Amino acid sequence: MATAAVRGRLIWQTATVTSVTTETDAVRTIGLDVPDWPGHQAGQHLDVRLTAEDGYTAERSYSIATAAGEPVAITVERLDDGEVSPYLTEELRAGDQLELRGPIGGWFVWDTSDGGPLLLVAGGSGIVPLRAILRHRQRTGSDVPARLLYSSRTLADVIYHSELDQCRDGVEVSYTLTRSQPPGWTGYSGRADAALLGKIAWPAGQHPLTFVCGPTSFVEAVAGSLVALGYPAGRVKTERFGGT
Amino acid sequence: MVALDGNSIGGLLLEVFGTDMTAAQTICATCGAAAPVAETVVYLRVPGTVVRCRTCGSVLMIIAQIRGMSCVDLSGMSALDTGQGG
Amino acid sequence: MSPPVSRGFRHFRRPAAGEQDRVPPGQYVAKGFPVLSAGPTPHTPLPEWTFSIRRAGETLKAWTWDEFQALPAQDVTVDIHCVTRWTKLDTMWRGVPVDTLLGQVEHDAPYVLAFSDGGYTTNLPVQDVTSGQAWVAFGYDGQPLAAEHGGPARLLVPHLYFWKSAKWVRGLELLDHNQPGFWENYGYHIYGDPWRQQRYAGD
Repeated sequence: MATAAVRGRLIWQTATVTSVTTETDAVRTIGLDVPDWPGHQAGQHLDVRLTAEDGYTAERSYSIATAAGEPVAITVERLDDGEVSPYLTEELRAGDQLELRGPIGGWFVWDTSDGGPLLLVAGGSGIVPLRAILRHRQRTGSDVPARLLYSSRTLADVIYHSELDQCRDGVEVSYTLTRSQPPGWTGYSGRADAALLGKIAWPAGQHPLTFVCGPTSFVEAVAGSLVALGYPAGRVKTERFGGT
Repeated sequence: MVALDGNSIGGLLLEVFGTDMTAAQTICATCGAAAPVAETVVYLRVPGTVVRCRTCGSVLMIIAQIRGMSCVDLSGMSALDTGQGG
Repeated sequence: MSPPVSRGFRHFRRPAAGEQDRVPPGQYVAKGFPVLSAGPTPHTPLPEWTFSIRRAGETLKAWTWDEFQALPAQDVTVDIHCVTRWTKLDTMWRGVPVDTLLGQVEHDAPYVLAFSDGGYTTNLPVQDVTSGQAWVAFGYDGQPLAAEHGGPARLLVPHLYFWKSAKWVRGLELLDHNQPGFWENYGYHIYGDPWRQQRYAGD
């Protein structure tokens, strides 16, 4: 196949930050007013570009935290050695401008017509696009059965905790805490390994549609376990988050 | 460095191709494996972007952004199909 | 139309007074040591590792890991410059000078192509990897070079952009003509002098 050189189309636009909400100690949800936003689907992301006064630029991708039709928001986890996330979570304020490009993604998306049953498996900040999917499911009144397994280090790291606890109407949410559990913890402990997935996941015979999101190592371990449970790879969609 | 997947270059490919490419099917020219772009192995900012086949590890695509131009080499793929007749 | 400046955004820093003549144009001073790779980290076991000097398909000279470790090595402190705009000052390495390696073969080749595990290559003039300007480095910051940074050994050529300092290097191919390596084939500069900002072909 060929080689080509293409001048990039001008698809960056400038948004205004409407709110910065604390989700957990290291995590913020940033509400955005995007003048020419074409609308988005659950599961999509957008790219953010920061420009320093001296012209230095940095770009990163962040999943959209809201359902189709809701105002655009991203949820960002501060990484200690990050280049962009410390700025977005600690410096950015309502009224600031943010350059962004999106919505992006045609694979890791869910709409009600895609059906289910849905299996959503999140590691850490991988919960963001899956929460958008659950919000979309609720807003559309979909009755597609859904199960979420959400792996976090500690209870304090669980993002959207109270919102997820209120899920009902065909949504079953399970948490696993990998590093420490509070006294009286009734959820799961330890990694989302094959044994835990085997307990939670839909039987393969129900032809579930799966979305797995989180750090690369998490996604690959979970995807491998699901394939071993008989899930066809084509019905397991993955999105890997990296570091900085 | 931790590898990502083709979702992470969705924006870059949107700029280059003018449409979402994460759902486009690739065929690896080395091993013949088919996969959506979203499921390929991606190394970012290396300085350029290197996209590899998840099955055999061969390079599928390289994107180098040079002086505002995106230079795309697709020679590692024998097909890239958006399924839209174009 | 220039992009909006992100209020309060700074990360890599501009050179401080006293550093300016050590930081090439367009570069910023990095805090950490970013890891950038075009592929998965190779893991060649040391008993299988060799470094060879080749020419026209023939191996002129090769060293096993033990033989390589027995060569005289140097500790050097150098500044390194990545084409992605970060510069790291005062990095400490231990390695065998390329002069020592090339000195053990008879040749008159003007160019080399460094080749690495995983298929990466990069090309350099011989005169840029000799006269004390290049090493095959196996130690960083007093420790064995970590795999993510190119260990067990990488090429170290600090006066050129760091993509020329091939990680996981396994040898040098002597060439009559300057043959572009991996990134040079995709539009990066054939020589790569950071002081002349030779980032891309044609710069």
